[in-house]
Amino acid sequence: MTTTALDTPVFLRPTTLAEALAAKAAHPDAAPITGGTDIMVELNFDVRRPAVLLDLSEVAELRTWERDGDRVRVGAAVTYTRIVHELADELPGLALAARTVGSPQIRNRGTVGGNLGAASPAGDCHPPLLATGADVEVAGVRGTRLVPVAEFFTGVKRTALAADELVTAVLVPRKRGPQQFAKIGTRNAMVIAVCSFALALDTSARTVGTGIGSAGPTPLRAPQAQELAAAELPWESRDDIDVRLATRFGELVAAAARPIDDVRGTAAYRRLALAVLARRCLRWAWQEYRCA
Amino acid sequence: MRVTLTVNDEARVADDVWPGESLLSMLRERLGLTGSKNACEQGECGSCSIYLDDTLVCSCLVAAGQAEGHRVRTVEGLTDGDGDAVKAAFVEAGAVQCGFCTPGLVVSTHALLDRDADPTDPDIREALAGNLCRCTGYEKILDAVRLAAERRRA
Ligand SMILES: Cc1cc2nc3c(=O)[nH]c(=O)nc-3n(C[C@H](O)[C@H](O)[C@H](O)COP(=O)(O)OP(=O)(O)OC[C@H]3O[C@@H](n4cnc5c(N)ncnc54)[C@H](O)[C@@H]3O)c2cc1C
Ligand code: FES
Ligand code: FES
Repeated sequence: MTTTALDTPVFLRPTTLAEALAAKAAHPDAAPITGGTDIMVELNFDVRRPAVLLDLSEVAELRTWERDGDRVRVGAAVTYTRIVHELADELPGLALAARTVGSPQIRNRGTVGGNLGAASPAGDCHPPLLATGADVEVAGVRGTRLVPVAEFFTGVKRTALAADELVTAVLVPRKRGPQQFAKIGTRNAMVIAVCSFALALDTSARTVGTGIGSAGPTPLRAPQAQELAAAELPWESRDDIDVRLATRFGELVAAAARPIDDVRGTAAYRRLALAVLARRCLRWAWQEYRCA
Repeated sequence: MRVTLTVNDEARVADDVWPGESLLSMLRERLGLTGSKNACEQGECGSCSIYLDDTLVCSCLVAAGQAEGHRVRTVEGLTDGDGDAVKAAFVEAGAVQCGFCTPGLVVSTHALLDRDADPTDPDIREALAGNLCRCTGYEKILDAVRLAAERRRA
């Protein structure tokens, strides 16, 4: 952040992905801006003064989604509003999470790519992407690679992106069973999660995916809870869920979290709330499976 | 930098725009359109709500340069029958006290009624969840939206 940079910032507006990647390679310090719902706050409050702003909102390739075998490839610049309207059947977990983001104004602009780029532990896309085992598609002039979402987050607001790379899409497995998302906040709209939880059942493989938000330095999975549920859910009989199983599942999710005390809540409250969210999500999802 | 766009159906040019500047700031400070209010600059209050093309957005969270070549409609431009009806309903229902939140609420209400002519109360609450009012307690605002919806259907 030099004085010259401050005096002569640059605003780049590529219209194709190739141009965007070339621009990022030429200016590795460029800050991408897609919906602007995170980065504009930083600019308005002078928390950040990037020398170069790279506007990705005009890049057509990033604004589309398409089916790709048993997955859906969601472009980085697809907004929450579109996910809610267009993808609720195929990606119900992601759509449920998208539905809880901010307000209509925020959902109309905010994107998956921006959520991943900001990499907040509280980002609402992250738990359903973890629970479904999605991959993040990352590209640069050197090529394109897929990063499993669990490996994408490397620390608080840190990602596996290299300086010359952009998030171009997420590849999310299409629904293979009931999915749920639940989030705790002080009111129904406009809240950053105190903690959140996503669940995805794969009723063919009989596996269970989890994602924990806002209760650790990065979004997390709860592997022991996943294994327990996969092994002990009555897949065959579709019997009602055992109370002890649901409770144990909740406890294991809470134990997998690594929360801290902060302005939004204490670590102890987060663990308690996560156990409840996990239990409820498992019940709701199982009920859907039983009635299917 | 220079930004060329259409604002309320008029071709406009703004010069000397700082590349990190918000669309809200450009509209207010460079184009003299002070209807959209600046209250929080962080997407929380909705008082800067406008249409970018046909989408309701917080103009404080759009970079001015992102509006290059696009259409913007502000509260000043909502002078079609529907826009006037929403404004009149706010006045008649007593939904305006200090008035600072009103322009944003008018645009958000306009956007709601454009896609849903007969919204339920939960729909109204949901659609206006991004607009804060510190004065009215919201009841009169809900009345205003119901009134505007009723008139529009009539
Ligand atoms: C009032 C308000 C409420 C909010 N509520 C929520 C909420 O409930 N849940 C939630 O999760 N978030 C919330 N947010 C945060 C924000 O809306 C989301 O994180 C959103 O997904 C950001 O997307 P964007 O396109 O607007 O990102 P931008 O602001 O454009 O970018 C965000 C970051 O990602 C980088 N970036 C953008 N695109 C890319 C890309 N393609 N590749 C690499 N890096 C990229 C940017 O450089 C920046 O660092 C809220 C924000 C506001 C202002
Ligand atoms: S000023 Fe834009 S939302 Fe408050
Ligand atoms: S009337 Fe004063 S903020 Fe709404």
